Amino acid sequence: MSVLSAKLGLRRRGWFALWAAPLPVWFALFFLGPMLLLIAMSFWSVQNYRLTPDFSLSAWTYVLSLDFLWSTFWRSYGLSLLSAVLVSLLAFPASYAMAFLISPARRLTFLGLALAPFFTSYLVRIYSLQVFLGEGGVLPQLFHSVGLSGASLLNSYTALFLGHATLTLPVVLVLQTLALGNVDRTEMSAAVNLGARPLQVLRHIILPAARPGLTLGVLFAFLLSYAEFVSATYLGGGVFQTLPILLTDLIRGGQQWPRAAVVSLLMMAVLLLTSLVTVAWAYRQKGN
Amino acid sequence: MSNFQFSRRALLKNGLTAGAVLAAPSVVRAQEVRELTMLTWAGHADPEVVGPFEQAHNVRIRAKEYVGGDQMLAQFAQSPVGTYDVILADAEYVSQLYQADYIEQLDPADYPFDDFFPEFQKFEGHWYDDRLYAVFLRFGFLGLSHNLDAISVSEARNYKAMWQENLRGKVGQFDWHLPNFGTMSLIEGNAAPFDLDAGAWQQVQDAALTLRPQVRGFYDYGGTLSALRSGEVAAIPGIGDWITGVLQRDGANVATTIPEQGGLQWTESLSIGKGSRNQDLAKEFIRYMMSPRGQVATATLKAYPAMVPTRAGWAMLNETNPNEAARQNMNLAGANALDEIRAGRIQLRRLPVQQSLESWNDAWVRYKNA
Repeated sequence: MSVLSAKLGLRRRGWFALWAAPLPVWFALFFLGPMLLLIAMSFWSVQNYRLTPDFSLSAWTYVLSLDFLWSTFWRSYGLSLLSAVLVSLLAFPASYAMAFLISPARRLTFLGLALAPFFTSYLVRIYSLQVFLGEGGVLPQLFHSVGLSGASLLNSYTALFLGHATLTLPVVLVLQTLALGNVDRTEMSAAVNLGARPLQVLRHIILPAARPGLTLGVLFAFLLSYAEFVSATYLGGGVFQTLPILLTDLIRGGQQWPRAAVVSLLMMAVLLLTSLVTVAWAYRQKGN
Repeated sequence: MSNFQFSRRALLKNGLTAGAVLAAPSVVRAQEVRELTMLTWAGHADPEVVGPFEQAHNVRIRAKEYVGGDQMLAQFAQSPVGTYDVILADAEYVSQLYQADYIEQLDPADYPFDDFFPEFQKFEGHWYDDRLYAVFLRFGFLGLSHNLDAISVSEARNYKAMWQENLRGKVGQFDWHLPNFGTMSLIEGNAAPFDLDAGAWQQVQDAALTLRPQVRGFYDYGGTLSALRSGEVAAIPGIGDWITGVLQRDGANVATTIPEQGGLQWTESLSIGKGSRNQDLAKEFIRYMMSPRGQVATATLKAYPAMVPTRAGWAMLNETNPNEAARQNMNLAGANALDEIRAGRIQLRRLPVQQSLESWNDAWVRYKNA
């Protein structure tokens, strides 16, 4: 009997292990493994278009000595930061309305609607934006009819921003709405009862209380825009060469995977640093 | 178990039956279609092109499409020997395939070289010590492609039109260094546009930078088509009828003009992959593509049209599709497209002679990021 119960115990533990396994396995397979490979690959070399394991610093020295690397880097960083801030500002009134002005049932409907674009392919959405923005497209014609220039809007920051917003607006909406929804209502009513004006309530009660969520919204919009390749290429491509475009150019021309790996690692380091600083700021104690 | 006792005889009998049933698929398989693999630019395995060959030889063509010479070489390098039976490559990359020992030697007697126009018979980079490694399949010219509503043919006769004030932000570029720097080199007056010493190469890069403010965007194949069709861009240098021919078929008001500074020639050729296990079939496929029927099919390829090197191909195209023959200026009698080559107005697109491909690539990335 004791053998049997030991067996059963073993089986049970095995059973639990089986259920617990996916997360570490997933993490190892799809994050740690590729990450280590990426680091290793940045020291490999390319011989006759063939990726060859090696220990060479040539990819690092090549990428870090590119004269346009830092201008491309700051362009990428600045554009995504700008998009993130603009998207957050654009989303805020809608999130505010969803959190405070409408009933919870309606809120679900509106959030669902905001998320609906995720059910279509991002690539398709970007291509259809080309139809809206391109020469003779919907928006240029509209502008033309009210007496403005009817020139194509593609390859402009407006187009790039719309691409970024297509990707990030729903995420920011959800994060902001959740953050605002969790603000303590009693504090708000107390402030109102004590005679605070709506803007004062917003500034002194709502914004400080929702700061972590609102900041995370900006951060996510930034992360997604920074690594974004499709709208960078198809909407802003001519004028705004970004790091993701550089990365694909390195692979397309000469199959330089090690150099592309260096650019990826650089991007990841910057994203990590930005995230850490932002999160630290978002969750810092009040009064600091 | 006792319910399922077999006698030895029954076991043998049933076993044989089961064996026959299990073996049947492999017998059927033996009569199934063979497979021919092809590493190629997009569109060449279109049923309209390869269909007749597939039927005649009971073969299925499986194409792996690539989007650039470098990617093609990498694809071949990273695949086991014998993965690709047929390779369709840009002519300038054939030398790279040869040097890397990726292609088989061919027997010239298998292909209709006697029927080739003379300029294509001993084509550069296809023969090494009189041994043949690739068969010239199709070609086209690269010049200045333009929207006729924006620039007339006479304006387009000079590449300098791209610097005009009215084309600011209206010049597009196909996202590949070779045709762009090659064209810029022609504009700079280099007789051998890809054979540049350090000074001339620097001059080409500097000249390119003066065009950069005019550039609206950098486009892939699909982007090039839609930008030129919509009028998003008015002119694109270094491309040709392989883009505008597709747009003209749809009724777009576009054309390719070979400016007075000259144009480039692109060429696509067929080779047999090293270690192919279907060399007989691969040879038959190349023979089919060089036959009049194959030549007409490739001349009128949906993805991008081209001119062909055989007289019989020209003759059949004139017979079966005179409009297309006229559109591509493939007239057997009188003036035709070959006159451009014979007048010395066309230079072959080549890999850089004095610089590495990598340094041209770097210069292109730098130019885009300028």
